[in-house]
Order: sequence, then structure tokens, then C-alpha cells
Amino acid sequence: MDLNFSPEELAFRDQLRAWLQANVPKDWSEWREKPLDESFPYRRAWQRKLYEAGWAAVSWPKEYGGRSATLMQQAIFWEEMARVEAPPMANALGLGLIGPTIIALGTDAQKKRFIPKILSAEEIWCQGFSEPNAGSDLASLQTEARLDGDHYVVNGQKVWTSYGWVGDWCELVVRTDPDVPKHKGLTVLLVDMKAPGVEVRPLRQMTGESEFTELFFRDVRVPVENVLGKVSDGWNVAVSTLMYERGSYGARLHLIFKRNISRLIQLARTIPRNGGTAAEDPLIRQKLAQCAAEIEIMRLNQLRAFSRITATGVPGPEGSIQKIFWSELNQRVQQLAQEILGPYGQLLGTDSLAVDKGLWSYGYLRARGNTIEAGTSEVQRNIIGHFVLGLPRSY
Amino acid sequence: MQFGLNESQEILKDSARSFFSGECPISEVRRLMDTDTAYDAALWRKLADQGYTGIIFPEEYGGVGLGKVELILLMEEAGRALLPGPFFSTVVLSGSVIDAVGTVEQKKKYLAPICRGEARATVAILEALASWDLRNIQMAVVNGKLSGEKLFVPDAAVADWILVLARNGVFLVEAKSPGVKMFPMSGMDLTRKLYSVHFHGAPAEKLGDLSGLIMPIDVATTALVAEMVGGMQRTLDMTVEYAKTRKQFGKTIGSFQAVQHQCADMYLETESSRSAAYYAAWALQENVPDASAAVSIAKIYASDAGRTVGNRGIQIHGGMGFTWENDLHLYYRRAKASETAFGDAAFHRERLAQLVIDAPSIAGVSA
Repeated sequence: MDLNFSPEELAFRDQLRAWLQANVPKDWSEWREKPLDESFPYRRAWQRKLYEAGWAAVSWPKEYGGRSATLMQQAIFWEEMARVEAPPMANALGLGLIGPTIIALGTDAQKKRFIPKILSAEEIWCQGFSEPNAGSDLASLQTEARLDGDHYVVNGQKVWTSYGWVGDWCELVVRTDPDVPKHKGLTVLLVDMKAPGVEVRPLRQMTGESEFTELFFRDVRVPVENVLGKVSDGWNVAVSTLMYERGSYGARLHLIFKRNISRLIQLARTIPRNGGTAAEDPLIRQKLAQCAAEIEIMRLNQLRAFSRITATGVPGPEGSIQKIFWSELNQRVQQLAQEILGPYGQLLGTDSLAVDKGLWSYGYLRARGNTIEAGTSEVQRNIIGHFVLGLPRSY
Repeated sequence: MQFGLNESQEILKDSARSFFSGECPISEVRRLMDTDTAYDAALWRKLADQGYTGIIFPEEYGGVGLGKVELILLMEEAGRALLPGPFFSTVVLSGSVIDAVGTVEQKKKYLAPICRGEARATVAILEALASWDLRNIQMAVVNGKLSGEKLFVPDAAVADWILVLARNGVFLVEAKSPGVKMFPMSGMDLTRKLYSVHFHGAPAEKLGDLSGLIMPIDVATTALVAEMVGGMQRTLDMTVEYAKTRKQFGKTIGSFQAVQHQCADMYLETESSRSAAYYAAWALQENVPDASAAVSIAKIYASDAGRTVGNRGIQIHGGMGFTWENDLHLYYRRAKASETAFGDAAFHRERLAQLVIDAPSIAGVSA
């Protein structure tokens, strides 16, 4: 066990730090709270800048424009990005999930066609997985693709599609064979969102914004060369994408949580309570300390998981622990923010008296989705029960 | 950066596990818990022969000179086996205190016999107030003599020396001296006996100042957390095994989500406690600035997790888990005693609050 950075890790960090210092935009805070569609060109430009310097996808292999960064270097990358409060990149799903899946399973032609434009944010990607009747039970999805000559003809509906409103391409899971057991008849297609028959409708969520969309496919023609992986192997392709999702997300979130708790502590020092400040209230102190402790443990769990993956070479189900841990923790942190802020906590960003431009009322509502998105807590516990502890399947 | 065990650490952990399963099976734990002291001289000799009694102490005093990470790996396995008796009080606690505050002469005289397995010791901290805040200590040594009462002193009956925390320093008292009387306290943990110790003008030799105790108490607290992790792991293993074999409604109960999800939570709580314990040990070893915060974080999490894991484990075992013959309650009892020892979750949350809310520059946690 050695938690000091190695010389290579230090060199990586210093090189990145120097680049960020010179290049990170200084005015992100003015854009941060704006609607996503307004700030999107800003995020696209920022990703372009990172891409030109070779920093857009450090985890990717060098031959595809990445830096072949180790997991620890990836953690360093996100930590440094957070330290300078860098804006998020535009093509989050393309860089984090879909690009790596294409690199792992795509044909040479697919890699050549898609990878460079994912990196440069010229083409934004979205992910067509969930359907109205296929959420946790993803393998029961119904969107069908029928072979017609050298094209598949796609009909069906997807829901909860992040970035659907801006997506140029979609990683779409479809049923190509309805006559075999549900996991065996799936195929993944790379679909041009501008193709005739694709309709995108915003899906308004409980926060009031439309982060997600619904996608409708009516006789959409997709050339057979856009099958990702093998026909009828779509379940494995989809699962490998989901592994990337659960693996990398936690590392970035830790820093956001750390910033949140620091800000809450700052606020607690100024908010009057029981004749002193909230920061002097024993109950608030207990809760702040509990959240701070768990935020640190979230980091330590992540580092241990990284070391285990580095040692064994396989990303395993440990991502499920992280998913449960961060999503439930964030809900507690947001609830604590509400307790500290009192009646002010409910004020939306549109109210002139809102604290931090409505960050905490938004955070409270948005956190409610955390234990549902990217695999519900129930599904994550099933995964731990079955794949880690070896208990029989419960469904 | 590498947050896994290296090869020699893996070997140490594996060999500790096979040592304890061979020399201290649960039948032996049950035999010893029914004795007055839970101490067995033959087992103690074997612990010393393994080098465990001197594991972290300098070689010049007969120790093995290993680090804090190695110590907690050993303690994790000791906790898994529910090792009874004075190992924690003698080696982890007293040894660390003497090593931290004693003079060279005192270490030769007191630490070396502990390393060799020839002497045992304990540390008397709490008084009637039962406060882990050392500022609440009332007893003081006057003219080299100690009088007063200490409570919750572990393993005092088999100790050669009692290290007493007094207002004016850390003092060593011969346990057999005429000014010392001890009375058993009946604690929930049957494997680790507690005593009230009365001092009536007992001669006391000063080892050092209370200010030198932050490090050894942090080490002991972290080792205790590691021991708790071992107990959680054993509880989890027993519970998963039971859930795989016990049948109701024609199915193994582990196939029910109400059961499976509790097991998943036990796993999450155990692994998270382990991450926190390992990091705290490394932070102490490397003397990083946030080491004390790391220790409190580990004790906060494990104090609650140890109890919760025990609750879930017994619940899943149903009526069987509530019987005397099932071993779960032995771990459950230890978990409760360990939860309060060296400060419970609430105590350490306040300690962490002082670090991150009142003086945020000290701790890396909120910076």
C-alpha cells in the first residue's frame, strides 16, 4: 500500500496543471447556472480546446487520441479539472461511455468514422437504452429492428435519453430477433439522429428542466455496417457500456460533493441558529461531520476499487457499491443543506432571495433522481447480492 | 499510488488468518470467555512466537519493526477470529503508549518484555465521568503516589503494569503493588474483561505527558476499527452462507430481495469501513497532516457500521440468530463494546467537526 503519487503520476499532474492554468476559461461561473441549451456551445468550445491539446479523453488509448492514462491518472485528471472549476465537456456520453465501447468492440471503419468527431465534440452522442416498459429490466426492451436488404428498419420508443435534444448520433439497443430469450435477441446500432423518422421530444423532469428526451423511431433505416459488435450480442455490448458508466462517474462526483460540503460549512458559519450560528449547533455539527466523513470514504472506496481493477485488469461489480454510496449520500447532503438553510432552502433560482442562485433547491430536487438514474439502488443491490456475494438471482 | 496490499502484506494477513483459525477457533473463544480473565498463557506464548506481541515496535526493544498497516492487517484477522484476552490492551494500547512517551530506559524495562511476550499491561483511562476527552481526567499523582478510581480498564487482572492517565501525566503502576485493588465489571463483551481499579497511595512512575498520547491513541483507535472490520467480515460471511442454505417457502432465503439487499448493505458497510481503516493506518504511518481526521472518519463510520452489520446479520438468521449457541451474538457483543471504546460515532463526529468546521485549514477533508 502506497498512497503517495508515483513520479509518473506527479509528472502527469504537473503537466496538466500547467496547461489548465494557462487555458481554463475564467468566466464559467457566469454560465454555470444558465439553461443547458444556452451554455452548450460554450461547453463544446471548451472540449475543442482540450481536444486540440490532447486532454479530451485521457483514458483512451494513444492511437485513438487519448493518453492511455492509468485509472489513477484519470482520477488525477478529474481532480485537477475540479480544482480549477473547469466547465464540463460537451460530449460527456461520447467521451465517457460510447467512445470506449466503439474502441473496444467497433470495426476499423466505425472507429475511423466516429472516434475523431467524438473527441472534437463535432458530433454529440446520446444513449438509447431505457424504454417506457424497459427500465431496470432493460433486456425486455421492445424497439424492433427488421432486416431489409442492407439496412435495418427501426420502430419503437426510447425514454430518459440524456443529450437527446442535441445528439447527432445515438447508441441504440434494439431487438433484432423476437424469437429467442430476451437477452439473446438484442443488437446495438449506431443511429444517425438526423435520419428520416427520428423524432425527439423533450421530457420535462421534476426539477422543471428537460435534461432528458424521449426518442421516437418510425421506419428509420440504419445501414448494416452500423451494427456495433455482433448481431444478437447487443446485451453484452450494452453491459460493457454500463460498466464504463458506473466505473468513472464516482471519481468526478467526489469533488463536486467536497465543494458542496465546504460551501455548506461556510454557510453554516453565517446562518444564525439558537442564539449562535448553525455551525455551533451540535446537531448540525454532527450531521456536517457525518457527511464530510462519508464524502472522504467515497474517495477511499474509489481508490481501492481502482487499485483492484489495476491489479486484476477487470472492471467488476464494485461500481455498484460506488453508485449506491454516492447517490444516497448526495440525498443526505442535500437534505442537510435544507436543514441548514431553513425556509430559504426552498427558494428557486428565479427568486431574488435565493441562496447561491437556487443551487440548493435545485440540488435537493435533482438528487431525488440519483438513486434511480444509471441503475436504481435496488438493481445495484441485486448486482452485489448475485455477482459479488454469490446469492441466487432474485428475479 | 497503490491502495492495495503488497505481497508481503498479503502474506502477513494470510498467515495471521491461518494462525488464528488453527490456534483460536471459536470453540476456544467460547472456552476462554467462560473463564475469569479470558487469558490463556499457552495461546499468549504462541502469539509471541509469531512475533505478534512486538509487531510494530523497534527491533532494539525486541520488536519486529513493522508498520501501522501491517498492524491493522493482523488486527483485522484477530477481530475475525474474535481473539479473546489482553492482546489489544497489552500490545496495541500499552505498547504504543510506552513507545510514544517512555524514555529509552523505560522502553528497555517495560516495552521489551511485552515484545518478548513475557509481560502484559493495560491502560486506565476512564473515571466515573466515563469521558474519552482527556481534559476530563480528575486523578493526579501527588508526591509519586496515586489515589483514586479508574473504570472500564480492560484485562487489568492479567496485567503486570497499569498505565494510568492522570491530569499531570502518564504513570506506570505495578499491578501487584499493595496500593492497587481491582474488581471485575460485568461487560457485554464476554471475551474482553473489564475492571474497576482502585488506587490507594500506589507508587507511580512517570512515563511522559498526556500531550504525547495523541499518536498512540490514534493508532489504538485505528487498530480497533480494523478489528471491528474483521468482525463485520465474519458476520457477513456467516450470514451469506446461511442465506444460501436456509430454505423457507421452498426457496433459499438468499433469493428473496428483502434478504439479499440487507446482505448487499452489509457488504457495502464492511468494505467502506475497511477503506477507512486502511487509509487511517497509512496516514498514521506516513504522518500525513490529516491523519487524526482520517482516524476519526474511520471510527465514525465503523462504530455505526459494526452495529448495523450485526443487526442485519442476526435479523437474517431469524430465531437461530437469537440463540446462545449461534456465534453471531459474540461478535454483536464485541461490536457494541468497540463502538463506545475510544469514543463512539458522535464523539468522533464532534472531533471531526472541530477539525473541519472550526479549523478547516488543519484538515484536508473540506479544503
